[in-house]
Amino acid sequence: MPIVDQQMTKQTSPNSNPPVRKDFLAAKDFNFFYGKKQALYDINIEIPERQVTAFIGPSGCGKSTLLRNFNRMNELIEGVRHEGDIRLLGKSIYDKSVEVISLRRSIGMVFQKSNPFPKSIYENVVYGLRISGQSKKSTLDEAVERSLRGAALWEEVKDRLHESALGLSGGQMQRLCIARAIANRPKVLLMDEPCSALDPIATVKVEELIRELKKEFTIVIVTHNMQQATRCSDETAFFYLGKLIEFDRTQKIFSNPSEKQTEDYITGRFG
Amino acid sequence: MDNIGTHSLDFFELDHNENTKAMGRSLTNRILTGICVTLSLLTMIPLISIIVLLLKNGLPLLSASIFTELPPAAGMTGGGFGNAIIGTLVMVGLGLAISTPVGILSAIFINEYSQTSRLSRAVRFVAKLLTGIPSIICGVFAFAIVVLPNQTFSAFAGGVALSVLMLPTILLTAEQALMGVQNAYREASYGLGATRFQTIVRVVLPDALPAMMTGIMLAVARAAGETAPLIFTALFSQYWASSLNEPTASLAVLIYNFSTVPFPHQVSMAWTASLVLVAFVTIANVAAQTIFARKN
Repeated sequence: MPIVDQQMTKQTSPNSNPPVRKDFLAAKDFNFFYGKKQALYDINIEIPERQVTAFIGPSGCGKSTLLRNFNRMNELIEGVRHEGDIRLLGKSIYDKSVEVISLRRSIGMVFQKSNPFPKSIYENVVYGLRISGQSKKSTLDEAVERSLRGAALWEEVKDRLHESALGLSGGQMQRLCIARAIANRPKVLLMDEPCSALDPIATVKVEELIRELKKEFTIVIVTHNMQQATRCSDETAFFYLGKLIEFDRTQKIFSNPSEKQTEDYITGRFG
Repeated sequence: MDNIGTHSLDFFELDHNENTKAMGRSLTNRILTGICVTLSLLTMIPLISIIVLLLKNGLPLLSASIFTELPPAAGMTGGGFGNAIIGTLVMVGLGLAISTPVGILSAIFINEYSQTSRLSRAVRFVAKLLTGIPSIICGVFAFAIVVLPNQTFSAFAGGVALSVLMLPTILLTAEQALMGVQNAYREASYGLGATRFQTIVRVVLPDALPAMMTGIMLAVARAAGETAPLIFTALFSQYWASSLNEPTASLAVLIYNFSTVPFPHQVSMAWTASLVLVAFVTIANVAAQTIFARKN
């Protein structure tokens, strides 16, 4: 059952400018454990609608773990456990009425290493539609063009939609993965270090794309690259040792952080 | 100037020593490469000599009637082994029909659903043990569970014996094939809202299929040539089989029977049957590999 249907219809009309919801996606007193090891401690965070929120922090600080809890990807690992709650538009993602497969359609994900399927470009984009039972050719064709345009890839691949996606360059593959995620028309896009395997030019393209996509989607991006956080995020959350240390406007975090640990990290004293 | 001169002299001296050592290293390198090439060529000798021998002894009797006629009675000439070819195809096919679904579904269970459970570990352990079981034991097993209750030797019993023989190969290669599928594909699929079943059917299996087919072909190649499991189960027949529930001829048992009789015509026919058997297995192998290589 789609959990965000009503809101979805309200806010996709392009010309209206609906108020931005402050707690579009939120974690409340969230703790997370891999077996006995606790990875996240009492996380409270409210991610605003149609903004880019960056998660920064040293390796192992829990930023990817939190990201992967937003679409319950962590449940694929054996022996994990959580306490507290995560809410999308005020509704718990752990509610019994929420099917995890429809949650993952509402909250799309782009991974660190681009992972297109060994299928054609076309089949990659329509994968999410096909598994949800959509097989009408006109609908699929329309979704392919819309998603590839949305991911700024259409012009480059429109003449070879039926060739293997594995023949694309690294940056194109990552934009294809973004196209594949937005073909599901998600509410939220989670990006786990989407540029860490890309060259500088491909990185610029993906960053431009992220700024473009926030008009339509709420974006959470995990990054190790602090310049990237300043370039493309509106809000930044700094994590350290499984705790959320500071969460504020990106400009504030990087110019005048409130916490000593944040300042030490962004000035390169550790991490 | 002086300084530079001394420096370059030192450099060349060092280089000279280094060069002598390097010559020794590349000599060793060349000798070892030579040994490897020689030994690789040696491994081809048995295969090539088998093929030469089969062609030399098997070709004289090879004709169309070989494929369509029944085996000659003792001491008689002419005839063929059409019933044995059909029997082998039927029994290998039966064996595959039983062992492929069981093997592949088990591999999916132990790799995709429950990698570390006690049941998975038990299945993996038993499959590894099964690979080491002598083929004659598979025959005895099928004899006990199929032939005795049915009171007759049969193609069905032969198929069961071959399926027991093929199962561990198919299961273990299928598991390896599934393990070879990148986890990133599974993650991408789940991330787009696929169920586990959809992920397996749409992403994992297509990627693992070529490697699985290789395992199946290995199993077929081995089973088609096995005599021991069939002697106890399908036995042999001089006639065309009309059902799965009667003694049935097979190429392997025909070769075994005919190669031990004192009649030269039958011995020649055993050679021809060997040639046909090897040709079948080779053609099936090459065909499967080309089909799946092209698909990928």
